[in-house]
Amino acid sequence: MKTTTHTLPSKQNMSNTNTVNSSQTINRSQAINIWQTLNIYRLETKFEWLKSIRNPAFALPAILFPALFYIFFGVLMNQHNPEAATYLLCTYGTFGIIGPALFSFGAGLAVERGQGWLDIKEASPMPGSAQIVSRLVVSMAFSVMVLASLGLVAFIMTDVSLSLAQILTLSTILILGGLPFCLLGLILGLLLKAESAPAVVNLVYLPMSFLSGLWIPITMLPNFLQSFAEFLPPYHLSQLALKVVDLDTDGSVGKHLAILTLFTLVFFGLSLMAYNSKSIK
Amino acid sequence: MQLKNTSEQNTNSSVIASAYRLTKSFAGKKALDNIDLELKSGQVLAILGANGAGKTTLINILLGRLNADSGDVSVFGVKAGSLQAKRQAGAMLQVANLPETLKIKEHIQLFQSYYPHPMDYQQVINYAGLQDMQNRYSKKLSGGEKQRLLFALSICGNPKLLFLDEPSVGMDVDARQGLWHAIRDLREAGTGIVLTTHYLEEADNLADNIVLLKQGAIIRQGSIEEIKASISQTTIRFSSDQKRSKFEQLPAVVSVKSKGKFIHLQTEDVNQTLIALLSANPNLQNLSVSSAGLEEAFLQLNGGAK
Repeated sequence: MKTTTHTLPSKQNMSNTNTVNSSQTINRSQAINIWQTLNIYRLETKFEWLKSIRNPAFALPAILFPALFYIFFGVLMNQHNPEAATYLLCTYGTFGIIGPALFSFGAGLAVERGQGWLDIKEASPMPGSAQIVSRLVVSMAFSVMVLASLGLVAFIMTDVSLSLAQILTLSTILILGGLPFCLLGLILGLLLKAESAPAVVNLVYLPMSFLSGLWIPITMLPNFLQSFAEFLPPYHLSQLALKVVDLDTDGSVGKHLAILTLFTLVFFGLSLMAYNSKSIK
Repeated sequence: MQLKNTSEQNTNSSVIASAYRLTKSFAGKKALDNIDLELKSGQVLAILGANGAGKTTLINILLGRLNADSGDVSVFGVKAGSLQAKRQAGAMLQVANLPETLKIKEHIQLFQSYYPHPMDYQQVINYAGLQDMQNRYSKKLSGGEKQRLLFALSICGNPKLLFLDEPSVGMDVDARQGLWHAIRDLREAGTGIVLTTHYLEEADNLADNIVLLKQGAIIRQGSIEEIKASISQTTIRFSSDQKRSKFEQLPAVVSVKSKGKFIHLQTEDVNQTLIALLSANPNLQNLSVSSAGLEEAFLQLNGGAK
C-alpha cells in the first residue's frame, strides 16, 4: 500500500496541468452568449409558471379567495352601495396581489429549500437571480389573474363603474406594488423551515391585511389600530389604489410612495442578509 | 494565461479536481482532517466511510458549497463552485423531494438550458432509463425513479466531472445495473466521477480508486486491488458444535466469530491455521476458505484503525 504522498505528483506539476484546463474552460464559457442566458430566464419562468398553476393548493386560494371575500363583503353584505363596492374592490385587490407574492416566495422557496432541491440548483450553473426573477414574474402573472377575477365579480355583481384609464392605473399600481411583498416573502422563504412556512406566512399575511384595512375599511377600525396601520406596507399600497377612485383616507401620493419604497429597500436589505446567512460557510 | 510545460501533463488523463491538506471543522469538531486527493478524467473515485465520516462535507467542499478552513481545493484549475467549474460539472445530491408538479421531460429541458453544451435529450433519457415515463409528474415517482431523474439532471450538461452522492439508494436491481452501465459509459467517455456509496459492491464494480474516510481522515487510499491486498487475512468457515473459545488458540488466528452453526476464523496465515485446525478436528463439516473481499477490507480497516 502506497501512502498518499507517494501517489501524488508534485504541486508544481499540478499547477501546470490546471493552467491548461482553465484556459480551455474560458474558451468554452465564452460560447455561452447572451441568448443562452436569456433562454435560462425564459425557461425558468415558464416552468415556474407551470409548476405554480398546476399546484391547486397554491393556485386555487391565490385566485379564488380574494374574489370570494369580495363577493361576501363587497357584494352580499353591502347593499348596492357603489361607493363601498368601489372602495372594497381596491382593498381586496391589494389583499389579492399580496397573497401570491408572499406564498410563492415565502412558502414555495422554504419548501424547496427544505427538500434539498435548491442545493441541486445551486450546484448547477443556473444564475441565482433566475430563481428570483422567475418567481417575481409568476407572482405578477397571478396578480393579473386575481385582478381579472375581482374585476369580473365587480362588473357582474356590483354597480362599480370605472373608466378604462382608472382600471389601467389601478392595475399597474397593484401589480407593481407586489414588489415589496415579494421581497418580504423572500426573507420568510430564506429563514423559515419548510414544515412551518405556510402557517407562518398565513400568520403574517392575514393579520397584516386586516390591520391595514384591506378587509373592512380602515376608518371602521378603532383609532389606535388606525395609527398602527401607518407602519404596515399594505395600508400604504391600498391608499395609493384608493387615490385612483378618490376614496383614500389621507396622505399624499408622495408620502405613500416614499414609505413603500423605504419598505422595499429595507426588505431588500434584509433578504440579502438572510441570503448571506444561508450561503457558503 | 500561462500555457507552458504542457508536456508535463499526463498524456492519457489529467487531474481535473484536487484537494491538498484539506481541513474543515464544525463548531470545533473536525469534520475533515488533512485530506489529500486527486481525481483524473476517465476515473471513478469512490469515497467510502460510515455515516458522519465526512463524505458529504468533502463533496460539498469540492462543489464549492462549503469553504474549507485550510488547504487547497481546485476544480478544473479554478475555484470550486465558480461558474466555470459548475458548467463542466454535474452533481447528484441527496434530495428528499423534487418540485412535484413538473414532468420529467420538463425538469430535464430546464437543466439542459443551464449548460453551454448540453447532452442530447434522448441520450440523457436513455442513460437514466426514463424512456417510459417522460411525461410523468415527479409527484408520481417512486424513490428509485426519483434517483434516476436526479441522475438525469446531473448529466444534462455533459459533465467532465460528476459527483454522485449515494446514487443507487432506493433503486431496484435493474435500475442499479442501468445506472452502473451509464457510469461506466461516461467514464469511458472521459468523465471523472466522484462517487459516495454505502454499497461496497457498487464501489467494487465501478471504482478505479477508493478513499476510505474515518472520522474525517483518510485511513486508506488506493486502487481496489491495493485495498484488498492490504488485507492479508483470509476467512475460514465451517460448522461446529464446539465453543468458539476452542479456536482462539489456533496459530495465526486473528479473530473468531460464530454465526449460527458456523464459525468464522480470520487468519493471517491460512496454511498454519488449517493444518492445526484439521489435525485437531479431522471431521470438520462444511469447510470453506475465502480471501477478504472489499467488504471485509472495509470492515477491518474501519474497525481497526482506531
